[in-house]
Amino acid sequence: MSARVLAQEMTNTEEWVASGVFYVIALVALVAAVRMVTTNNVVHAALDLLVVLASVAAVYILLGAEFAAATQLLVYVGAVMVLMLFGVMLTRAQIGAEEDLNHEQRWIGGLVAVVLFAVMAYSLVEAFEDDVLPADRAVQRTQEVSDAIFSTYIVPFEALSLLLLAALIGAVVVARRD
Amino acid sequence: MFLNQFLLFAALLFCIGVYGVLTRKNGVLILMSIELILNAVNINLVAFGAFNGTIAGQVFALFVIAVAAAEVGVGLAIVLLIYRNRRSIDVSEADLLQG
Amino acid sequence: MPIFAAEVANTFEMNSWFFDNAWLIPALMAASFVVTLFFGKRLGAKAHVIGVGAVAASFVLALLTAYSWISQVEGYDGGAENAVVATELAAGDEFAAEDVTSHNVEGGGAATPAPVVTSVCWFDTGDAPNNNCDDRGAAKAVGIGTLIDGQSVMMLVVVTFISLLVHVFSTDYVSGDRRYTHYFAFLSLFTASMLFMVLASSTLQLIVGWELVGVCSFVLIGHWWEEKPNSDAAMKAFLTNRVGDIGLLIGVSILFVTAGNTFDIQTINNAALTGVISQNSLLVASLALMAAVMSKSGQFILHTWLPDAMAGPTPVSALIHAATMVVAGIYMIGRLYPVFWEGLSIAGSNLNAMALIGGITTVGGGLLAFVQRDIKKVLAYSTVSQLGYMVMALGVGAWTAAMFHLFTHAIFKACLFLGAGSVSHSVHSFDMKNDMGGLRKYMPKTFITFMIATGALIGLPPLAGFWSKDEILAGAGVWSGTGGNGTYYIPFIFGLITAGLTAAYMTRTIWLVFFGQYRGNGTPHESGPRITIPLSILAGLAVVVGFLNVPEELPLIGSRFGLKFQNWFEPGGGTVFPVIAHAKPSFSLAIVATGIGLISIFTVWTYYQRLYAKDSRATEVTGGIRDRSALARAGHTVLVEKYYLDHLYTGVIAGSTKGWLARSAYWVNQNIIDNVINYTGKGAAATGRFLYRYIDQGAIDGTVNGTGLTALSVGGILRRMQSGKVRQYATLMFGAATVLAAIFIIAV
Repeated sequence: MSARVLAQEMTNTEEWVASGVFYVIALVALVAAVRMVTTNNVVHAALDLLVVLASVAAVYILLGAEFAAATQLLVYVGAVMVLMLFGVMLTRAQIGAEEDLNHEQRWIGGLVAVVLFAVMAYSLVEAFEDDVLPADRAVQRTQEVSDAIFSTYIVPFEALSLLLLAALIGAVVVARRD
Repeated sequence: MFLNQFLLFAALLFCIGVYGVLTRKNGVLILMSIELILNAVNINLVAFGAFNGTIAGQVFALFVIAVAAAEVGVGLAIVLLIYRNRRSIDVSEADLLQG
Repeated sequence: MPIFAAEVANTFEMNSWFFDNAWLIPALMAASFVVTLFFGKRLGAKAHVIGVGAVAASFVLALLTAYSWISQVEGYDGGAENAVVATELAAGDEFAAEDVTSHNVEGGGAATPAPVVTSVCWFDTGDAPNNNCDDRGAAKAVGIGTLIDGQSVMMLVVVTFISLLVHVFSTDYVSGDRRYTHYFAFLSLFTASMLFMVLASSTLQLIVGWELVGVCSFVLIGHWWEEKPNSDAAMKAFLTNRVGDIGLLIGVSILFVTAGNTFDIQTINNAALTGVISQNSLLVASLALMAAVMSKSGQFILHTWLPDAMAGPTPVSALIHAATMVVAGIYMIGRLYPVFWEGLSIAGSNLNAMALIGGITTVGGGLLAFVQRDIKKVLAYSTVSQLGYMVMALGVGAWTAAMFHLFTHAIFKACLFLGAGSVSHSVHSFDMKNDMGGLRKYMPKTFITFMIATGALIGLPPLAGFWSKDEILAGAGVWSGTGGNGTYYIPFIFGLITAGLTAAYMTRTIWLVFFGQYRGNGTPHESGPRITIPLSILAGLAVVVGFLNVPEELPLIGSRFGLKFQNWFEPGGGTVFPVIAHAKPSFSLAIVATGIGLISIFTVWTYYQRLYAKDSRATEVTGGIRDRSALARAGHTVLVEKYYLDHLYTGVIAGSTKGWLARSAYWVNQNIIDNVINYTGKGAAATGRFLYRYIDQGAIDGTVNGTGLTALSVGGILRRMQSGKVRQYATLMFGAATVLAAIFIIAV
């Protein structure tokens, strides 16, 4: 992000504000994410995940994807988190700190993650350099989303509903007590 | 706003998720880390959708959310089953794959 | 005039209501399936009320629809006059006139009104303007709807009627079963699927119905899946049908593309006849579809699942054989007749491949029926044989005769199966030789109804089967004066042979089950009213339904009642159809065909009479193979009195003709056809072994060994990776992906 481009493109104050908001959100999300994968408390980890998911919803709004943001909140923050907490409770995790949540050889995981990030960051910067989101981009309305889903993407949509049904039945079959 | 600020943010989340998957022992925590990975992908989709001015990015992000919901359901059911059979959800103990 | 106009308008409105809302009929059954499945358990032993109620309502609706159709046909005198009526109406009542025009005038001069298609948008695949289904030509949108014409109306009545009786019968037959609600739920779904298929207006819908029927048959055949043979039979039925389903998919796809991106059945039919689809595409498409028909409708060589499917509850067998499952194939041929007719005509001859397939099936099935001990298997092979008859009729262009035979066969075969169910309900067995005999005295009602249905199957005048079978034989056009669509010697001869065979094996069955002395345990008893009443209804109908299509030349009744079936249900205005053979009935042919049947009966009858006179508990087993000479002596009736003298002699001839034929046919069935499948599997396994032994073990391992020490040391490292720990695998996967990505970036 060179200063030249900043000066050239970011003339619009709104864009500046949006960018500032993004960095704040991103910081919050990253901190929460790191806490989530390092904490010794399963319930805390779940709450950290909640923060990450909410932040991602905020990022969607910044990008003009209203419906995705709403769905993110409803499905992830609402349903998936409840499921996660259920999972935590049903597997009798301790409420409170807990030893032995991580593997001994943590450095391998760290190494893989860091190298992976290095590779991705390099290729992203290389590929998209200073590309800027179009300043006049419109908010993508829910109506457009629904039009797209129920016409162009109707077949994937139907397939997805079948998948959900199968997952539902599968989850019941796997988890029920015989 | 730069496209790359979103993509790099997503890449960071992705790698944190990968780290979580690789280091955690607790099954539920692993599932949570997978959620991180999926969310990172979604950010990419939405960002590219905004960048190209198409609706497709958002639509596919929605599809991924739905698939993720299914994945969590089945994943938790499996974790529950492991817990019921072994009284523990430490995946490093679940090594029946060993030949 | 206004009063008259209003009346006519009223009838038309009422008629069109039934046509437009025919979807209610399958929808009712589907609803019954859902309700029974979810609330049936609460009703316990009364779970059947939902299904019986729904199927009764469906039957009434189907009857009313049929009535509307028939009244429309009867009141229809071709397009010209109708146009006059329409203009008259237009003066009086504009609203009604609209109805008339939309439904009737399209035909333009045809003998029967045009089919009524009602359809709504099912889904569109994008890019259609305003996302609606209005522009079907664009092929972006696929509609779902009902196609009402004579054929579908006729099937609606048959399916709902047989299903109703089977439902009632089942309340007694499977009472106390542990999966009672499950049984009735799937009986409903089975009916719903078939009705859905019958009403299909597009080939896509046809596939959906077709597959649903397959699934339901799988569930119901395997209803008592705790016993291995039952679940095996269900699996066999399902898998054999899958073979054909691939053909169906291929055929429908080809038709979709070649007919101009459409699933619409009428459009496809038009395209097939008017040469829009090339002859080669038609040939491939119809062959693929024929594979589907062969598997579903039990044609040689894919018929092997049908007898095994007898493992299911008997009422289900009745439903499968009479109304729902096996006639689906015949129905599809009738629906897409132009495709089949044009596609399967063998170039350079006037013979159609359908006639050959049907002919082989009808004789093969009839022969196989001889060697069965199980009463249901006799009936199963008899169904195979009769279905062959129908396909054969379609192959010689006698569309109406085939459909009429389907219609009559549904009724008397349902009666036979339910009768067999009644017998087995009483003696708790299907084995004719060990556990039956002499039941005539114990179960008089079952006996009488079974006899009537048998008579109908054999084709004794004036029972139902006589008329339809005679029409098919006449349709072959060989007999002088019958005309028809051409002269087809081979199908005709096969037809006559089958007429004799049918008579013989059914007489054998009758003797083994109802005559002689009871050979089983305990005392058999007559079944309850919920079993005998459906039987009586079916037997009564088996007597009368044949009169629906008597030739017009028949004295007394012919001029008034003749050819009703043909007039009502044949495709008419607005549809393009191949020329349907309307053979002239021939009195002499009827006498010959009936004579063949009577001779067969007489022969077998005498044989058993003498056998039982000697030993009233005997079955044909006692003398071994020579005793199974029933059919062979069909050609030796004049020598009947030499029976005792030439017992051995006849036996030898018989053994080397009929016994050998039947056995070899059975052997082919059991060994060759089954073996082909086995050996295909074994071949695949052998290929696998070969690959493993020589390629894998020899070449690849050799290379690996060649690297020797390196491989060993690498192996040592790799061994540690095979820890069985999921996390380690995940690490390796991500690590490897990262490395690959890095290499990719550097290299590109």
